[in-house]
Amino acid sequence: MRRRALALARALVVPLLALAGWEAISDAGWVSPLLLPPPSRVFLRLLAYARPLEPFDPAAGSWLAWAFSGELPHDAMTSLTRVGVGFAIGAGLALPLGLLMGAKPFVHDLMNPVVQLLRPIPPIAFIPLAILWFGLGNPPAFFLISLGAFFPVLMNTIAGVRNVDAIYLRAARNLGASEWTIFRRVMVPAAMPYILAGVRVGIGVAFIVVIVAEMIAVNAGLGYRILEAREYFWSDKVIAGMISIGLAGLGIDLAMNRLNAWLLRWHRGLEG
Amino acid sequence: MSAGRDPLAAAGAGPEGGAAAPAISIRGVRKVFASGGAEVVALDGIDLDVAPGELVCLLGPSGCGKSTLLNAVAGFAPPTAGTIVANGRPATAPGPDRAMVFQEYALFPWMTVERNVAFGLEMKGASRAEIRATVDRLLAMLHLRDFRARFPKDLSGGMRQRVAIARVLAIDPPMLLMDEPFGALDALTRRNLQDELLRIWAELGKTILFVTHGIEESIYLADRVVVMTYRPGTVKRIVPVTLPRPRDPASPEFNALKREVSALVMEEQALHEAAETSGAAGE
Repeated sequence: MRRRALALARALVVPLLALAGWEAISDAGWVSPLLLPPPSRVFLRLLAYARPLEPFDPAAGSWLAWAFSGELPHDAMTSLTRVGVGFAIGAGLALPLGLLMGAKPFVHDLMNPVVQLLRPIPPIAFIPLAILWFGLGNPPAFFLISLGAFFPVLMNTIAGVRNVDAIYLRAARNLGASEWTIFRRVMVPAAMPYILAGVRVGIGVAFIVVIVAEMIAVNAGLGYRILEAREYFWSDKVIAGMISIGLAGLGIDLAMNRLNAWLLRWHRGLEG
Repeated sequence: MSAGRDPLAAAGAGPEGGAAAPAISIRGVRKVFASGGAEVVALDGIDLDVAPGELVCLLGPSGCGKSTLLNAVAGFAPPTAGTIVANGRPATAPGPDRAMVFQEYALFPWMTVERNVAFGLEMKGASRAEIRATVDRLLAMLHLRDFRARFPKDLSGGMRQRVAIARVLAIDPPMLLMDEPFGALDALTRRNLQDELLRIWAELGKTILFVTHGIEESIYLADRVVVMTYRPGTVKRIVPVTLPRPRDPASPEFNALKREVSALVMEEQALHEAAETSGAAGE
């Protein structure tokens, strides 16, 4: 108990000192508060950003809906939905293709040149084309996000299938499994640690791409909001938005971690 | 533990040595590997019959091709020349009639003990009730009942090998092919599993082809010990073991056999080491 309290205290020393220093610099007037607002103002702005806009009215809807009716929850939901949809499309295409490319050398030889050519192009570089092809709004964002998620999932799935220990295949064949069963019940689960590592990277990239995409082609979401705030010179809101983005990213990563730990509960790598 | 076997359980065959067709018939088997431009003859001129219900150990130094021979019988790597007939059919592809137990267990780590044991039955298309009954019976037989919901990573090596044995017994194969199955276990666990295997063998009457480099292990288990030569692997001598089971490794008879077999193996081991050193000097 005492050790945990000490560890917590140690973890908080540097952040608190940094905040205090930041506050002191702003209060001393060394920099314009327009460029670097004090953390206290950022914090208040974050609260204002997160707070519901209207007072609670039981006639208008449930308490829960009211609590999440503020600008920040709305922006966060918008961005996370885009990540979700874009990621689902990208990973949904990458997974079967990766499994096929990993299992069938013929498909690998056929597809690999195109993959290797497209893979190094950052998804951001597709923005002009995305706007030409899909216009504004959600469609180009979905396109860019799915592109960002596609390659990490694809590459890891291929590697995962190719690295399946041959002894599992022999054992399955020896027990009378057909090729299709071996694929479904041996290769896919054996490749799962790789695939999930790819999924984690893919979601990370999707989250980067959503912020960038929102700065260009849409009018809602966390990325859009910080750019909008800059136009009004609300640097406190810019920073509050950045903190929100950080928290959303952290939330996604924690959720992924929990999911991975559960899906890979059989895996040795998670021991200790 | 009884040495007597129920002749009816022995895969429908009569007593060994009778007119019954052998469970495994190996004729003129030769296996050549390409190794960096050079050819290595791993097996040459192997002739061996294994009777139904017989427990035969393949013994030899590492590199003598005993695992290669087992893999050929399993159908994983067919021989370059010669024929292998198992259970009346040419063994050209893997099949559930020749169930393999690997030294590395090869359990599916993403499946629980129970799912691993059920796997082969599911492949056969067995009914849910049948799977359940067989899995229950085998988990009891191998003392695994308390571990049915565990994943392999949570089990000791000995436990894992029990699961692997239960997994192949589930499909009720007439023969087991065992590739140094107890090689990675500590001495006590190994003896324990050897006794377990003998008990199951006596109870179920399976034909067992067992690869080992343990001289004592081979004499403890086998009806016949096939001592192999080092590269190319050939049959050097077949030593029948007629000691009654359970065998006492401390008995004079056991030790006389052990000395005899050791002498044969050591000859090959010396050739092996000479080959290694001359190979190293030549490089």
